[in-house]
Amino acid sequence: MKLATTLMASVVIAAGLGGTALAQDDTITIGVSVPAATHGWTGGVNYFAQQAIERLSATYPNVEYVFASSPDSPKQIADIEDMVSTRDIDALVILPGDPDAMTSAIKQVKDAGKFVTVVDRQLSIDGVENLYVAGDNPGLGANAAEYIKSALPDGGNVVILRGMPIPIDQQRFDGFMAGVEGSNIMVLENEFANWNRDDGFRVMQDFLTRFPEIDAVWTQDDDISLGAIEAIKQAGREDEMFVVGGAGMQQILQAVKAGDPLTPIDVSYSPAMIATAIELTTSHFTGGIQVAGRYILDSTVITQDNVDQFIDEESPF
Amino acid sequence: MSVSAPEVAPKARSGFRWDLKTVGPLLALALLVLLGITLNENFLSYNNITNVLARSSFIGIIAIGATFVITAGGLDLSVGSMAAVIAGVMIMVMNWLIPVMGVGWGVILAGMAAGILLGGVAGVGNGLMITRGRIEAFIVTLGTMGIFRSLVTFLADGGTLSLNFQVADVYRPVYYDGLLGIPYPILVFALVAIGGEIVMRRTSFGRHCAAIGSNEQVARYSSISVDNVRLITYILQGLLVAVAVLLYVPRLGSASSTTGVLWELEAIAAVIIGGTTLKGGYGRVWGTVVGVVILGLIGNILNLQSFISPYLNGAFQGVIIILAVLLQRPRRAS
Repeated sequence: MKLATTLMASVVIAAGLGGTALAQDDTITIGVSVPAATHGWTGGVNYFAQQAIERLSATYPNVEYVFASSPDSPKQIADIEDMVSTRDIDALVILPGDPDAMTSAIKQVKDAGKFVTVVDRQLSIDGVENLYVAGDNPGLGANAAEYIKSALPDGGNVVILRGMPIPIDQQRFDGFMAGVEGSNIMVLENEFANWNRDDGFRVMQDFLTRFPEIDAVWTQDDDISLGAIEAIKQAGREDEMFVVGGAGMQQILQAVKAGDPLTPIDVSYSPAMIATAIELTTSHFTGGIQVAGRYILDSTVITQDNVDQFIDEESPF
Repeated sequence: MSVSAPEVAPKARSGFRWDLKTVGPLLALALLVLLGITLNENFLSYNNITNVLARSSFIGIIAIGATFVITAGGLDLSVGSMAAVIAGVMIMVMNWLIPVMGVGWGVILAGMAAGILLGGVAGVGNGLMITRGRIEAFIVTLGTMGIFRSLVTFLADGGTLSLNFQVADVYRPVYYDGLLGIPYPILVFALVAIGGEIVMRRTSFGRHCAAIGSNEQVARYSSISVDNVRLITYILQGLLVAVAVLLYVPRLGSASSTTGVLWELEAIAAVIIGGTTLKGGYGRVWGTVVGVVILGLIGNILNLQSFISPYLNGAFQGVIIILAVLLQRPRRAS
């Protein structure tokens, strides 16, 4: 019985590869592979992926989704190999935990004739993916720099709490440094805070010890911001500086909405981009619309004026 | 009494080597402090010292528990994940109880009780599987490490569990305030350390731990209840993880899947830097305290300087840890 279904599925795939248009009643299988929720943002990715799958499965009964959340690259590679060999996926939507380590594995999926959508992280060779959906990392840095320059027209001292040493972080950092270059904004120091609250708290405490004058803190991530804010409050220096994060975490958005002077703005980099990617990939099969290409979501500056459109009470992120 | 044998063993070496083993961690600590002073004038300031000690107190309290586990020849890799799940459950319990009990210390005490209970139960679980189930401690606690980590991710729905803001305000002083200018986390850490030192040196339980870690068969023949002593070390570890979490939760009022990541390695590193032997048989609680402070200061010093690129932080940490242990290496008998 199992063998029969497998055989039948292979025939369907073979037919598809042969160029036969897929009839309406054929089942399309889309694999969705994301890294496990190791920090707030990836937690959001898992949430929005599952939410999108639930919504789209209801809308399109002939589309089936296979979802996998993997703790590390080798596991993620194994998961997508399984998707190809045992679930006969027609398309893969993947947010690679470590894009460099996974490029060749993703290329194999592409070479097997599947539609490949890569989310957030650029692979190390071009042209593997059919569709690339990502946030604007250099823009996230540049927008934060722009805001800090405008908020401190007479110049000021900035400390930077970075994420982890991976390409995304470097792009954000370079975008920010290019933004403040030539201005009277002085970057005192940058340190990694690993995209979590505890390290944000620790690094900020030490920066406060080291620098008597800080006017702004750029954390480029809201989890780090939350830790840094506690350290600033502990030192009683919340009137001296403000914090600019990134991602659009609900807790920070609420503070922006309330007009908290410590967090005047946020810069969006939503984990919901995975939902955009799944939606577009599904449209490729269900609507026959052309979706291949690059889809870059803006890293919008979120202020008190436009914060309402980003608030989502249901989101765990 | 035969159980005092492991106590005698280190003393049997020549005076000089024994001294080096004793002063090794202190020497490393002194060097680090000296480095800190030269790098930044604020290093010895009251604020910096209390910051570093207060945030090291979680690892410190956990590492004191680990000292007993390791001395008795065991290992507990689950402490970091356990801390995360206890923090998560405490926050959920407190949030649940607000409608019933209102905002106040009642809710917080109930949350604390739940935390301690869970720590104890987790310790009993680990301990029973190791002593009665006869499974290697490494495997049992590697397993529970994964279980606890997944549980907290599941409870938080992949996101972050946050304590109700009003309760967080009431609870907050437990981390940020103190007695006579010493923050509570440091006081609790000190009390646990003094208690641990006394238990390790002055009670039969402490000596039994060393005896079991030194030679389990001999300990068994000396009519030590090996399984029970081992079980108690894991329960103690669980309870101390819970105590650490009681101090951790008021700091940021949240728990997520990143809470307590790699705390187990930091705790084990602190224990070994402090002079306890990884294979068991000899434990030193005050050494663990020094080890914890060394680890805390390394991170602090890295943030206070700009000579070392942030890309090389891990290398600096590695060098200091190896040096700290190298300083107390007993010379081989020629």
